[in-house]
Amino acid sequence: MKRAEAADRIATTPPRIGSVVTVQAPAMYRIRRRLAPFLAHAMLITVAALFVLPFFWMVASSLKDNRQIFSYPITWIPDPFRWENYREALNYPNFRFLRLLGNTVFYAGGVTIGTVISSAFVGYGFARLRFPGRDLLFSLTLSTLMVPPIVTFIPTYVLFRELNLTGGYTPLILPYFLGNAFFIFMMRQFFLGIPWDLSDAARIDGADEFRIFWQIMLPLVRPALMVVAVFSILYTWHDFFGPLIYLSNQDDYPLSLGLFVFRGQRTNAWDLIMTGSVLTTVPLILVFLFTQRYFLEGVKMSGIKG
Amino acid sequence: MATLRLKQERLGPLRRREARAGLLFTLPWLISLLVFTAYPVLGTFSLAFTEYAIVDTPRWIGLDNFRTMFQDDPAFWTAVRNSAIYAGLSVPLRLGLALGLAMLLNLGIRGIGIYRALFYLPSLVPPIAATLVFVQMFSPDYGPIDAAFQAVGLPTIDWFDDPSWSKVALVILSLWSLGVETLVFLAGLKDVPSDLIEAAQLDGASRWRRFMDVTVPMITPVILFNLVIGVIGSFQVFSQAVAVGGTTGEPLESTLMFMVLIYRNAFSYFAMGYAAALAVVLFLSVLMVTLVIFRSARVWVYYEGSQR
Repeated sequence: MKRAEAADRIATTPPRIGSVVTVQAPAMYRIRRRLAPFLAHAMLITVAALFVLPFFWMVASSLKDNRQIFSYPITWIPDPFRWENYREALNYPNFRFLRLLGNTVFYAGGVTIGTVISSAFVGYGFARLRFPGRDLLFSLTLSTLMVPPIVTFIPTYVLFRELNLTGGYTPLILPYFLGNAFFIFMMRQFFLGIPWDLSDAARIDGADEFRIFWQIMLPLVRPALMVVAVFSILYTWHDFFGPLIYLSNQDDYPLSLGLFVFRGQRTNAWDLIMTGSVLTTVPLILVFLFTQRYFLEGVKMSGIKG
Repeated sequence: MATLRLKQERLGPLRRREARAGLLFTLPWLISLLVFTAYPVLGTFSLAFTEYAIVDTPRWIGLDNFRTMFQDDPAFWTAVRNSAIYAGLSVPLRLGLALGLAMLLNLGIRGIGIYRALFYLPSLVPPIAATLVFVQMFSPDYGPIDAAFQAVGLPTIDWFDDPSWSKVALVILSLWSLGVETLVFLAGLKDVPSDLIEAAQLDGASRWRRFMDVTVPMITPVILFNLVIGVIGSFQVFSQAVAVGGTTGEPLESTLMFMVLIYRNAFSYFAMGYAAALAVVLFLSVLMVTLVIFRSARVWVYYEGSQR
């Protein structure tokens, strides 16, 4: 009732544009306004606690021994803290963390370098150069986004097998040096946003397309390159299917696959499995902390498609 | 061909150089499209009609793979059922929860950056590690979930080891990592013009009415995006299912998802032809569901500035 009256008052005396409308609110309303942030925080904290619980449980379990893990009632805080789990995991016979980490960094590095270079290169071609068939090729590119990877997997595997390239990282990394549909699309959008005068001026000065791309354009899209890099790292760190199919030697495994195999061999060594899970996750969290801005940017970019 | 050449000849020397450069820049991708997309897609569709044990050459068997699938392979229907149940539960729950989280984040209170990061962090955890943590956390007697259940007098559930609960447990696991959807929803909510909401408020619309009649219609494009991504993703769940139940879908084939079935046929049995046929079925199902969603979107998605 009161609010409707207030609304009437505003409606009869239209405020100047840009001015702040202050309404004398009834007491109840004012209390509710004060209380609302508290309620919101309470809800957010509850939900956040639920989301953090698995992290807490993972880290806590990684510092227990198996006796504490299988204690009833459950142990929340490890007592004593078993830091040795981490020392053991660094070179544990079935889970050699340092080795697995090295492999993962190699895999992630290869895919990232390949994806960044190729999608910038191809994206530039689609965005800034006119050639016959370009638009057709680009819409084909977009339509491949709808093709699930499993549809291409079997013949691709057979192809690499025939070339004797399975059992190593070539099939996992090489394709990324030729481009990736989504990142090409993303880079194209970024290149389209750069003023044309810049490249025209360089062209008049006699610079060839490669120099314009390399010396003028690339420095301008550095944030976009970062987005591509960060998501490539995330993708390879999570990838399990690819390494599972192409790699055969346990010494070559990346972290995810190594953790999976370790769990299969030591089904009940939950202390070390949790230590391994923490070690597999921490590097990505570190990357995230330093590049959060690009993660957020990238998510926004992915939403634009919709 | 002739017309194409004619057109090219009409281009000036500058334009010709530009066209050459353009082709050169996109050449790597053109190769990739041919070698890693077109060839394998065609390959999958033709292998689907063969028997191919990878060591010998593929043998044409017509529709036999599909006949086997529908009539003689009980695992096929098990996997269809499992994937359908998983997607049917996971997709709507993820959408609802992500929207809820985004709305909480959109209340405009302080410290949003921290909450946002906390909701996003689980999406960074590699699926295998996340699954193992959940298996540990949901273990009866020794995990905090069961401890909480016992504390309030609920019965102990064997979550990942009970065939009637294992899929539910996988769905709960999928609810942990919805950072991307939440951020996409949040971006959508931020784009809802505040004057529309204020106008509704002045007209005396309740909070619920404002949400249902202003906010929801304005974010339908974002809902569509998250829905499509969610459906495509949940049909292809693999790592989590394999980490729980291996290639046999333990317990009792209850976690045998469609992707696991394809993997098992291709790389445990080396039945490449049959696996290709399964991949074709998965592709066509995903495509059909997506097309139905896009078709229905004409009715329920609101695009600002469009004429519909």
